[in-house]
Amino acid sequence: MIKDWALLGIVLALLALATIAGRWLQKQTSLGLDDRSVDSFNSRVNAWWFFSIVLGIAFFQPTLTVLLFGLLSFWALREFITLTPTSLGDHRALFWVFFFFTPMQFFLVARDYYEFYSILIPVYAFLFIAARVAISGDSHRFLERVAKVQFGLLVCVYCLSFAPALLFLKCKNMDGDYANARLLFFFVTMVLVAELLQFIFGRLFGKHLIAEAIDSTRTWEGLLGGAGATAILGLSLYWATPFPYWWQAAAMSALIAVMASAGAMTLAAIKRDRGEVSSGTLIEGHAGVLNRIDAVCFAAPVFYHVTKYFFGVHG
Amino acid sequence: MITETLLTWIARIISGASVRWVESHPDTCQRVYFANHTSHLDVVLVWSALPTEVRRLTRPVAAKDYWDRGFLRRHLAQVFNAMLIDRKKIKVHQSPIDLMLSEIGNTHSLIIFPEGGRNLDQGVGDFKSGLYYLSKKRPELELIPVYINNMNRILPRGEFLPVPLLSSLTFGPPIWLEAGEPKLEFLARAREAVVSLKDC
Repeated sequence: MIKDWALLGIVLALLALATIAGRWLQKQTSLGLDDRSVDSFNSRVNAWWFFSIVLGIAFFQPTLTVLLFGLLSFWALREFITLTPTSLGDHRALFWVFFFFTPMQFFLVARDYYEFYSILIPVYAFLFIAARVAISGDSHRFLERVAKVQFGLLVCVYCLSFAPALLFLKCKNMDGDYANARLLFFFVTMVLVAELLQFIFGRLFGKHLIAEAIDSTRTWEGLLGGAGATAILGLSLYWATPFPYWWQAAAMSALIAVMASAGAMTLAAIKRDRGEVSSGTLIEGHAGVLNRIDAVCFAAPVFYHVTKYFFGVHG
Repeated sequence: MITETLLTWIARIISGASVRWVESHPDTCQRVYFANHTSHLDVVLVWSALPTEVRRLTRPVAAKDYWDRGFLRRHLAQVFNAMLIDRKKIKVHQSPIDLMLSEIGNTHSLIIFPEGGRNLDQGVGDFKSGLYYLSKKRPELELIPVYINNMNRILPRGEFLPVPLLSSLTFGPPIWLEAGEPKLEFLARAREAVVSLKDC
């Protein structure tokens, strides 16, 4: 019980600190920061507030949390498919993707049918999409079209669903009724902290860009510095996690940070390919849902499975 | 009332439409909104994007052969106060234009789709002459171009189940028929007004 409140308290304190820092940065015109990056910082902090409130609910209502993640997923997929050009032949396949596979995935997560939800999309949905598009009789750029829908479903639905799935993961060192909720809280906090820290380290020490053509702000210094700092923060929170040793919490945090960065890079590549213009009028503001959850999407399945493999209860 | 609210919200949720007014504002003055036409939902969408007090005074013009079939469609057409026009049997002594003008009187506005039918391609088709005759008879009506983006992917022609992607609606600045402007020039200009909203 003390651990629950302590974790909540620390996250709220961090959030308040980040919010104040964001407001302060907004007023500092002399630092020469461009408005866009300050706005980007602030919208990340706002997303973090949103997640924290949602996760506050997770402590009491796991099913409701799964539902909220499901809605988030639905909305992100909507943005993803909107950004990706599909043709008429994909319409029926898309209908099934939105109204069957997405709700089904989250329903199975809420019922904790791991054996089924861990393969529903990569096996059944992927084959179904390919077959359904083939039945529609349009072979033009067939593989490309199938891949677009599959990728959207994989990232926005399958990957994201492993975040609420943490609520049902059984680990060896779980203590207290809310240990699972703490695990999810820890995970999401680390993803968002990693994003903020990478952003800050990139601004302060960034010299070597990872790939300028994809993202002109992400640097190796930001990635490594951010991952290091996230590891230190994760280490200081290790008492709240089911990981028995402090170095394990640190390593898991660094893993989260690297995956978060990979997710953001991937989405940046997709957006760069589609051009900023096309997202401008369809997705309101420059910060869509997809923008805010890309890091969570990539980190969730990896974090879930590494935790399950090393710390889970087997058999 | 209840169906109206319900319908507005369903249209908004399915289409995920972001509505933007570029260099124009919602107003209760008499207007003709003209939009590109790509799906059956367009009628409901444009209508539900208007603020309530404007919406109450606005009548979409819809095809009788589609909206007069079956109880549900007829009821829906009634809810959004549609003016059903027979596309098939246009009579000389009672042209649709006269019908529209007498129906709107001096208070109501109109929503029309001057392409005539739904357009299969991505682009905007040529406009039929209705818009021209309409403004020739009532040149003081404000003509507001509306560009509907992405609806053809949400409910393509021939499909009955929508896919909930995001769309956008852009209302542009009003145009008027210039004195003595030839029909084809005016229609091309009106079409251009809709197309140009795509990129702003």
